[in-house]
Amino acid sequence: MAADASTAPIMPSAPNSGRASSLQRLARRRSTIAVLMTTPLLVVLIGLVAYPAGYGIYLSTLNRRMTGFMEAEWLPHGLGNFEILFESETFWAVAWQSCIFAITAVILKALVGFWLAHMLHHIPSKGQRKWRGMLLVPWVIPPALSTLGWWWMFDPAYSSINWLFQVFGIPAVPWLGEKWWARLSIIIVNVWYGAPFFMIMYLAALKSVPEQLYEAAAIDGATSWQRLRYVTLPMMANIISITVLFSLIVTFANYDIVRVLTNGGPRDLTHVFASYAFQVGILSGNIPRGAAVSLFMFPILAICAFFVLRGVTRRNKEQM
Amino acid sequence: MSATAAANRDMPSLYGKAGSLRSERRWALIWAYISLIFSAIILLTPPVYMLITSLKTSAEIADQKGNPWIVRNPTLDNYWELITNSLFQGFFINSVIVTVVVVALTMVISILAAFALARMRFWGSQVLATGVFLTYLVPDTLLFIPLYQIVGGLGLLNSIWGLVLVYPTLTVPFCTWIMIGYFASIPKELDEAALIDGATWPQMLLKIFVPVALPGIIAATIFAFTVSWAAFVYPTAFITTPDQMPLTIGVVSQLVRGDVFVWGQITAGALLAALPPVIVYAFLMDYYIAGLTAGATKG
Amino acid sequence: MAQVSLRKIVKAYEGGVQAVKGIDLEIADHEFVVLVGPSGCGKSTTLRMIAGLEEITSGDIAIGGTVVNDIPPRDRDIAMVFQNYALYPHMSVYDNMAFGLMLRKFPKAEIDRRVTEAARILDITPLLERKPKALSGGQRQRVAMGRAIVRDPKVFLFDEPLSNLDAKLRVQMRTEIKKVHQTVNTTTVYVTHDQVEAMTLADRVVVMNHGIIEQVGPPQELYHNPATKFVAGFIGSPSMNFIPAKVEQASGALRLHLPQGIVLDVPAARTARYQAHAGKDVLFGIRPEHLTDDKPTDKSNTAPVTLKPEVIEPMGMETLVHFKLDGTEVSARLDPATPATVGAPLSLIAHMDQMHLIDPTTDKVL
Repeated sequence: MAADASTAPIMPSAPNSGRASSLQRLARRRSTIAVLMTTPLLVVLIGLVAYPAGYGIYLSTLNRRMTGFMEAEWLPHGLGNFEILFESETFWAVAWQSCIFAITAVILKALVGFWLAHMLHHIPSKGQRKWRGMLLVPWVIPPALSTLGWWWMFDPAYSSINWLFQVFGIPAVPWLGEKWWARLSIIIVNVWYGAPFFMIMYLAALKSVPEQLYEAAAIDGATSWQRLRYVTLPMMANIISITVLFSLIVTFANYDIVRVLTNGGPRDLTHVFASYAFQVGILSGNIPRGAAVSLFMFPILAICAFFVLRGVTRRNKEQM
Repeated sequence: MSATAAANRDMPSLYGKAGSLRSERRWALIWAYISLIFSAIILLTPPVYMLITSLKTSAEIADQKGNPWIVRNPTLDNYWELITNSLFQGFFINSVIVTVVVVALTMVISILAAFALARMRFWGSQVLATGVFLTYLVPDTLLFIPLYQIVGGLGLLNSIWGLVLVYPTLTVPFCTWIMIGYFASIPKELDEAALIDGATWPQMLLKIFVPVALPGIIAATIFAFTVSWAAFVYPTAFITTPDQMPLTIGVVSQLVRGDVFVWGQITAGALLAALPPVIVYAFLMDYYIAGLTAGATKG
Repeated sequence: MAQVSLRKIVKAYEGGVQAVKGIDLEIADHEFVVLVGPSGCGKSTTLRMIAGLEEITSGDIAIGGTVVNDIPPRDRDIAMVFQNYALYPHMSVYDNMAFGLMLRKFPKAEIDRRVTEAARILDITPLLERKPKALSGGQRQRVAMGRAIVRDPKVFLFDEPLSNLDAKLRVQMRTEIKKVHQTVNTTTVYVTHDQVEAMTLADRVVVMNHGIIEQVGPPQELYHNPATKFVAGFIGSPSMNFIPAKVEQASGALRLHLPQGIVLDVPAARTARYQAHAGKDVLFGIRPEHLTDDKPTDKSNTAPVTLKPEVIEPMGMETLVHFKLDGTEVSARLDPATPATVGAPLSLIAHMDQMHLIDPTTDKVL
């Protein structure tokens, strides 16, 4: 029956050129649909991210009234705002405070988060959900609002923390009144808000380490510390670095906590880049200089972003 | 190390080891619970203290003598005053309008783009996917000044519609990114089956991808909701009059009147403003957490 | 219902790799054709080109006499069953089956009639309200088939539908598929790497290798008259033995000289066929089932062989014995009652009327 089937009539096929174009038409139609579907995204990315970024660079070169470029003495023409910032003591204090704040807070968040995740991983999985739910609450409350609560607890006259200290005989702390205490307060609030996020990320990573690896390591004679050092940490290295770098970006650019807790005070000593840019650009009305302050964040953010992207790409490759 | 090695060679002490292993485990568990209780107390103290304060009268708050951690005459007056305050109601309505519109816009933009990026390979799609992730890493404080100028140029300063315009920069990149991940994890055979069943591209998206990736869509929606609700930098910069303020900035700026802090009302307002995200979290915790961890693991 | 024609089909990927190198195939109406071959032989690509899921680089595919090269899958009137079933996880079994009809705007009553009927044929009526998650592998397989049946398409396409099932279920579902085909009688193209599936299911088997068709024919034909060494080795389990041999002229008859001094007489009926190869090196091919115990009732066309077993594998209904002939692995199939010991000489007979000779330079069966 095979042989006769070949005599079955076949309609003449279209000439080759005609088919190629119709195939092309199909492919083109698909990319047209795809382009249409991505257009809104492109509008957002270009109109609200790429364009403002370029516009921000342009703004930073203008003078206060935005009537022309900002003159400079030793920097090239138009970089006058940067020159003034370089020569301003307040600006350098802001730069230092931003770095100290971001690095200290991220390290503390990472350590506390890791510790919490480890403790959570230890308890029977039945109770984990409940505990996890409770411990993540600080992350869920909008930070501007929870910082209000901290502010009230740090209040110079009514501080409920100082009241507790007094019960234990510890002298009262000028939480927001003295520069180092104020800086520490900001870090405390940021760690309180961000550590649960680290906990969740690490817990997910811990759960993805196969139990058999631990059993194999135990049989190989590893102590619990060695299991952590040679099994857990290497398996989590990627997610730890992604989370730390991501958090570094967010913390470095933080605004809410500083704005609510100290608003830069005392004497502009707790400003970070974001709050200082706000102060200069919006509140004092010097838009170009504010834009210049913001732009100082860019290099460090770009470096972090590069490594986050590398980590995520690597992770995806491993998973494939 | 050497102790374990010795124990392995020595049978009788192996039994002792097993016993100590059990007690070691029990101690580890007890230590874990102690740590968790301790951290839970620290982590929950600020909201609990806010609750305590919000239940007090102004007189009790001002009284410096007693223990600030207990409420002597609990009252709901602070809450009642806020709920009946038309200013506060306005904040709430503004927040709801902005959030609902932004979440809807975000989800439409993200789902359409993610479907195209995950399934229809086209020229530049890979670059665009990377671009989406990079813009997710751009913090709002980097661009708020040029955006201030742009929104001002459009005449939308001091208007909730200005916020609706700029909030997508906070939500769209991340939501698109995790939706790409969720869509990419749907087996290719499913679209092929749908193609053979006679589905067109829009039908495939609406009838197959959206329902199958529903957990991802819920996670992305929760993310967009919490981010829009909690946004602080943009409204602080763009909004100046109370009638256009959303809740976050409204509570922070309007309840703090000059030097007179009505702390009972401030804390009550903050708790009320925090309630919607907390409720969403309480009911959809698993989706919330899936969305949180998805950023690093999907896509 | 329709015939399917493939004319000089080529599939080339970017970089010039050809997965399918110009194949011709005519599939008749109602026919059940199985494409079989090792992985990477181009069988799945061919099926996906018929479905319209892959574009054709060159050539024509016609379904029911119409060239469908540029027609999207939904307008080709085909139905496909996938390896991992591809059931829509969010739809019930009923909705999974109804989806294709719904998209084609069939009236509700008609959809209901067809789904109920398909469910009855496949014996899945009690499962209609369940979600795929709640089904076993075999049940999912039935639903996937149901989804194809309700459409009443011109052609059924199966892409390794049984390879995710365990061995027992696979045999059961194989029978099921055959029964369904006998009921609905739709033209079917079925892809598998399992030659047993191919033999049991097919009206005709298409053996593919490296993107070309090695041989097309009914199962028995492929088994008894393979055209190439590849087909001879691929069809049949365990595989055919290939032993290097030399054809010698001996007083009007032909003899095969095998390693270790074994000499076999070629049956007289085949003398003319192999005459041209006298004095040349060939491969002597014989299936294990044709190298058996020395106790047949009819001794015509057999030749005695004595070998020392290396490995003995009792299978219950038969015993497989493996030998070594100067580096060539040889297997024989024995009655389990025959005593065999490793290392002890065992006398066997070769059924020479079932033998094949293969030209080692062209790999063609002579």
